[in-house]
Amino acid sequence: MAEPISGTDSEARELDDVQFRFREDEMVDHPAVTVDAFVGQTNASAVRIEPGDDARDLLPHLGRIALVEVNFPSFGDGRGYSAARILREAGYQGELRAVGDVLIDQLSHMRRCGFDSFAPGVRLDEEDAARAFATWPEVYQAAVDGRAPIWTLRHGERNGDTNG
Amino acid sequence: MKILTGSDLKSGAVVWWDGSSWSLHVEDACDVGEDAASIAAREEAERRVVVPYAIEATTDAQGRVRPAHIKDRIRALGPTVRADLTLRPADPEAGTWVI
Amino acid sequence: MYQYDRYDQQMVDARVAEFRDQVRRRLDGKLTEDQFKPLRLMNGLYLQLHAYMLRVAVPYGTLNSTQMHMLGTIADKYDRGYGHFTTRQNIQYNWIKLEDAPDILAELSTVEMHAIQTSGNCIRNISADHFAGAAADEVADPRPYAELMRQWSSFHPEFSYLPRKFKIAVIASETDRAAMRLHDIGIRIHKNDAGELGAAFYVGGGMGRTPMISHLVREWVPLDRLITYAEACLRVYNRYGRRDNKYKARIKILLHEIGAEDYAAQVDAEYQQLLDQGVEPPFAELQRIRTFFADPPFVEGLSDGVDQSDPAFAAWVQQNTHLHRVHGYTSATISLKPVGGIPGDATAAQIHLMADLAKEFSFDECRVTHAQNIVLPHVEQRRLYELWQRLDTAGLATANLDNIGDIIACPGLDYCSLANARAIPLAQKISQRFSDNGKDAVIGELKLKISGCINACGHHHAGHIGVLGVDRKGRENYQLLLGGSEGADTSLGKITGPGFDEDGVVDAIEKTTEVYLAQRQDGERFLDTYRRIGMEPFKEALYG
Ligand code: HEM
Ligand code: SF4
Repeated sequence: MAEPISGTDSEARELDDVQFRFREDEMVDHPAVTVDAFVGQTNASAVRIEPGDDARDLLPHLGRIALVEVNFPSFGDGRGYSAARILREAGYQGELRAVGDVLIDQLSHMRRCGFDSFAPGVRLDEEDAARAFATWPEVYQAAVDGRAPIWTLRHGERNGDTNG
Repeated sequence: MKILTGSDLKSGAVVWWDGSSWSLHVEDACDVGEDAASIAAREEAERRVVVPYAIEATTDAQGRVRPAHIKDRIRALGPTVRADLTLRPADPEAGTWVI
Repeated sequence: MYQYDRYDQQMVDARVAEFRDQVRRRLDGKLTEDQFKPLRLMNGLYLQLHAYMLRVAVPYGTLNSTQMHMLGTIADKYDRGYGHFTTRQNIQYNWIKLEDAPDILAELSTVEMHAIQTSGNCIRNISADHFAGAAADEVADPRPYAELMRQWSSFHPEFSYLPRKFKIAVIASETDRAAMRLHDIGIRIHKNDAGELGAAFYVGGGMGRTPMISHLVREWVPLDRLITYAEACLRVYNRYGRRDNKYKARIKILLHEIGAEDYAAQVDAEYQQLLDQGVEPPFAELQRIRTFFADPPFVEGLSDGVDQSDPAFAAWVQQNTHLHRVHGYTSATISLKPVGGIPGDATAAQIHLMADLAKEFSFDECRVTHAQNIVLPHVEQRRLYELWQRLDTAGLATANLDNIGDIIACPGLDYCSLANARAIPLAQKISQRFSDNGKDAVIGELKLKISGCINACGHHHAGHIGVLGVDRKGRENYQLLLGGSEGADTSLGKITGPGFDEDGVVDAIEKTTEVYLAQRQDGERFLDTYRRIGMEPFKEALYG
């Protein structure tokens, strides 16, 4: 299926289309492959998760992944939020990019689920997006963005675990 | 005939296409023929209406427009259980018009 | 009652600001209706038959008088002077303007209220036993757990785009007064032999077009693992619930397809994994919340007993009061089902009055019940007569709780764009008929529930008698169901046979009650008789 010209094309597009990125390291310069393709080979370092994929299939390989793209073909399909959190919970440190039908009003939740870069299918208004990222002054629940939930702040503990 | 209805974006009020703008009264609805989709698309894009859709209608003995389906007749009138809140609060016939 | 601290207030304020911005972007054309719809739904705003409709959350059904007054004020200021209390203990306004919605939410936020997650494919407002904190048979007040879950589920980053809506109910007694088994998750707080409290999780109940009773997936979740376990339940659903067909997207279908055991095993695996993630709140938080639900200052040493020499009052006491766990007190239910009235509707004036009464008679507290009535949970028995007189003057003393006149009805085709048939006029005719013929009281407990379409907002599957509105060649038509129940003995009703038109179904219901009256044995409720004799005698009478 690979077509060199459009491959180069899509590579260029991909880099350009990352509209928001919350990390300093270099961007991966090759396109992401499917989960199936990724698990079956050893040299790719970028993988793309579709809604029906099981993010846990990637867990044995986290060490060699630099970029995971999570595709949202339609913003109403929320499986990608679980996929992202599962990867972060398992200790994945690389780039986690939301791509596809990524809209203003989903940004704050995506960020909380561990996404640190965003490549919306349609470019977003910068001001609206800035406001959206800053929606929550505090947060009610623990996620994977490192923010201490309100109930932890109330009781002056650093993490939510109680052991009892 | 085919008439076009929808809701006013800001107020949510039920509205009917009268040929040049949106009316609260079903009596004003005009036959849109084959133009429903294009009018709906334009008006929705202009944000004058939300969820527009075309329906079948007839005219009753008095020549008043009458939507073919009971749901649209109730939309045209208002809740049958609160005559005071309908568009025809003083009309004792309003309830039977719906059925 | 729970009170916001600055964090809770900040969060609700942030939501108001966010929604104001979303409305602005919608009106500016930056959001299409398709994009805006899920956002407005997550703030309780529907587009209905006649206008926008706003559903305001009443977490676990509990309100203080200030909040209740605000509900009345909103009815007057932004709506047409009334509101509709729903089976999920919320209130709906039918005539809201989109432009006003952010201001309404801002006003609500001044009294610690909101419309957050009262619709949309997210975790909805959490309901609870309406006699919580008052019922003699509870092992604990279920509301602290509901409040903890309210916080956890609010703006949950992972679970805001679930396959479908998600409803949770919490109870803490054997008797289920919250239709717990018909929720996506039902939680029953109970005590083990050592006297400790834990939570039983029932998953996969629901009504709608495929009604199902939930499965017990875990008998005992320690209270300091409640959130972790709930998170696991939701994650499995978010990942594997069906998204290809919205009618098969509720969690009940997932459990039905993979089996409750398989689901429980997957939840367990997820739970084990989540235990290391620190998602559980500190136990101190649960304790903090509990202090808000401590007993009000009950007068001690009161004795039980009410002078019932006034027969109208006596009828109301017998019908509309519920055993309180403190001597000398009772829980009084204000029926929003006047004979011939609209079930669940209350005018602004009535709402204000009920707020005043909550303040004067019930330690500033009232409750919304899933049967669309209002409860004053802690009334001194010696002041009951005075309360009743006040209610009676305002037309709010109908003594028909749990009787055939205490009908649950959804808005139906008078207000709802999904409806096939009207539900309210039917309820009005039925309550009028059984009041006129004097049979309401003779029949005793009979829960009648009407939905205007298969979505079952009126709980028709769970009615001793249920009525479902259908569209028959463009005419309203009604199917009759018998034998449903939503208590501890939850069961789903069965359809009697061909449907009826509006007058026909009222007659059919009367015939059904005649069969019951002829066949009942000592003390049997309609439901008991039905269960003993089965469907046949009723069919015979209806179609024979
Ligand atoms: C008028 C606007 C309303 C709309 C558009 C609406 C829509 C719906 C829909 C589509 C369902 C089925 C969901 C599913 O099975 O996945 C449903 C279920 C339900 N609704 Fe409504 N509803 C409305 C009003 C109400 C009201 C007024 C009440 C309370 C009286 C209510 C209470 C419920 C309940 C209890 C269920 C059943 C939950 C379940 O399936 O487990 N709804 N509603
Ligand atoms: S049961 Fe149907 S008609 Fe009634 S409120 Fe629900 S969706 Fe509307």
